[in-house]
Amino acid sequence: MARAISTKQKLMWTALAWAFGLLMFFPILWTFLTSFKTEATAISDPPVWFFFDWTLENYAVVQERSNYPKALMNSIIISVGSTLLGIVIAVPAAWSMAFVPGKRTKDVLMWMLSTKMLPAVGVLYPLVLLAKWLGVMDSRLLLVVVLMLINLPIIVWMLYTYFKEIPGEILEASRMDGADLRSEILYVLTPMALPGIASTILLNIILAWNEAFWTILLTTVDAAPLTAFIASFSAPEGLFYAKLSAASMMAIAPILVMGWFSQKQLVRGLTFGAVK
Amino acid sequence: MGQIILNQVTKSFGNAQVIPPLDLEINEGEFVVFVGPSGCGKSTLLRLIAGLEDTTSGHITIDGKDATTLPPAKRGLAMVFQSYALYPHMTVRKNIAFPMRMAGLDEATQTAKINAAAKALNLTDYLDRKPGQLSGGQRQRVAIGRAIVREPAAFLFDEPLSNLDAALRVGMRLEIMELHEKLSTTMIYVTHDQVEAMTMADKIVVLQAGVIEQVGSPLDLYHTPRNTFVAGFIGSPKMNLIAGPEAAKYDATTIGIRPEHMTVSKTDGTWKGVVGVAEHLGSDTFIHVHDTGLLDMMTVRIAGDIAARHGDTIYLTPATDQIHRFDTQGLRIA
Repeated sequence: MARAISTKQKLMWTALAWAFGLLMFFPILWTFLTSFKTEATAISDPPVWFFFDWTLENYAVVQERSNYPKALMNSIIISVGSTLLGIVIAVPAAWSMAFVPGKRTKDVLMWMLSTKMLPAVGVLYPLVLLAKWLGVMDSRLLLVVVLMLINLPIIVWMLYTYFKEIPGEILEASRMDGADLRSEILYVLTPMALPGIASTILLNIILAWNEAFWTILLTTVDAAPLTAFIASFSAPEGLFYAKLSAASMMAIAPILVMGWFSQKQLVRGLTFGAVK
Repeated sequence: MGQIILNQVTKSFGNAQVIPPLDLEINEGEFVVFVGPSGCGKSTLLRLIAGLEDTTSGHITIDGKDATTLPPAKRGLAMVFQSYALYPHMTVRKNIAFPMRMAGLDEATQTAKINAAAKALNLTDYLDRKPGQLSGGQRQRVAIGRAIVREPAAFLFDEPLSNLDAALRVGMRLEIMELHEKLSTTMIYVTHDQVEAMTMADKIVVLQAGVIEQVGSPLDLYHTPRNTFVAGFIGSPKMNLIAGPEAAKYDATTIGIRPEHMTVSKTDGTWKGVVGVAEHLGSDTFIHVHDTGLLDMMTVRIAGDIAARHGDTIYLTPATDQIHRFDTQGLRIA
């Protein structure tokens, strides 16, 4: 139904939307601008906007002082690894909750979500001790597992809501057609839920990419991803805004590009399957 | 191949028993229709046979082997669902191939069988389309094709025509019957439509609240309904069931007379009433008669056309040899 909207209203809403959009985008814009300033301009008061001597020096220094490719590689391995591992575990879990629910399925789902409300610091000590005892501190494996565990409730929830949209009769048909559980999940459920699984993967890669608490605390050198890379520029010597900004830009650029190209999937992911 | 025996089968959901102990024998090659009002347990019974629901107690035997605990995939049955349940991400070809792929058949055999099924079902031109690009009737044909290539011991149909429009339904009904003639494989067909049941079945199983009210050929059920439920359910328009003094005249608690077993007259007859609505079908006329003092509304069916206006006085005369008599339990008196 087309509702009559006056031009004035349209203008007002458009302006408002742009204002909000710019407000949200502002920190990234500011970081972007700062990354091309000298340290002196970066902290100048009043702040300079566009008219300064643009320099690539910060990027050069950041490249020189730390191992960006290694941090990038660690970020990729940790975020993609933890997400894929989570998917492998969550698909069967979500399958059973969506298609053969028990009396307590809803409770289990709520309980899983409740773990997200636990303050992370609460389990910091046990986890660090455990990791040390197992000798896996500062390893990619540890981070893959830890981030997987942290995001698992979200992955299961998202997949669960997508699976709920799939008519059970189609899975029953596959059972009648001679498919065992593995074939049913692999050849029928997964392809049908592919858009949902894709947005779950995208969203969780972003969540894992941006996760800073555990990635900074559980790594030192070997497994340090981009979050730790950024953090290393707010060093004890004081804050170097321009270099910090350059490092930040380098850290968020890959995920920003990925997000840009997968906007459609992401929106679907964020609405948790509510919009068909 | 295709003999199915249910022995004391029950099904409960939690504390609710939807199917009390039930015995049923389905012979090889038979076309059996489960019919009953919605919620009578007919679909549940079909799903128990399919293995999509677990049997609470009792035994299901398929071709002499106990299949009670076998998963659906191992029972050698094929099912056609009301919603078609096609795989939306696969082409028609892949949909039909799926059961064979699961069975591990080689490519050449698969292709041959797909082509044969597509030819038989007029799907040859649609093999590379996805289900979303097909009409309802075509989708149902794909579902049937998928069932055929499995060469099952029996076909199970769960209200397969309910989603089709009336004209298509009649066409598909004929196609399914044709298919049964050709394959002579056991078919179990669930429907709430007694016309489908009457026209298609070798054997009708009338169910109510999970209980089998009667098993028999369509004409058995029509001519000798075992009780008032079957009497009222089978036949269209419904049998007129009359209780009270009029029934007592025939030494019964209830008597039943089918609409087509009465004659009408404007001048005299056994029962007097007033014409309500008259439905003119051309070939037949259904007259709904009020104020007979027997029933709120009696229905009479007259072959051909008859002038009957709302409010006319009318007399009905039953063919006495066609009166069905039932006792206090609602059971037929021989």
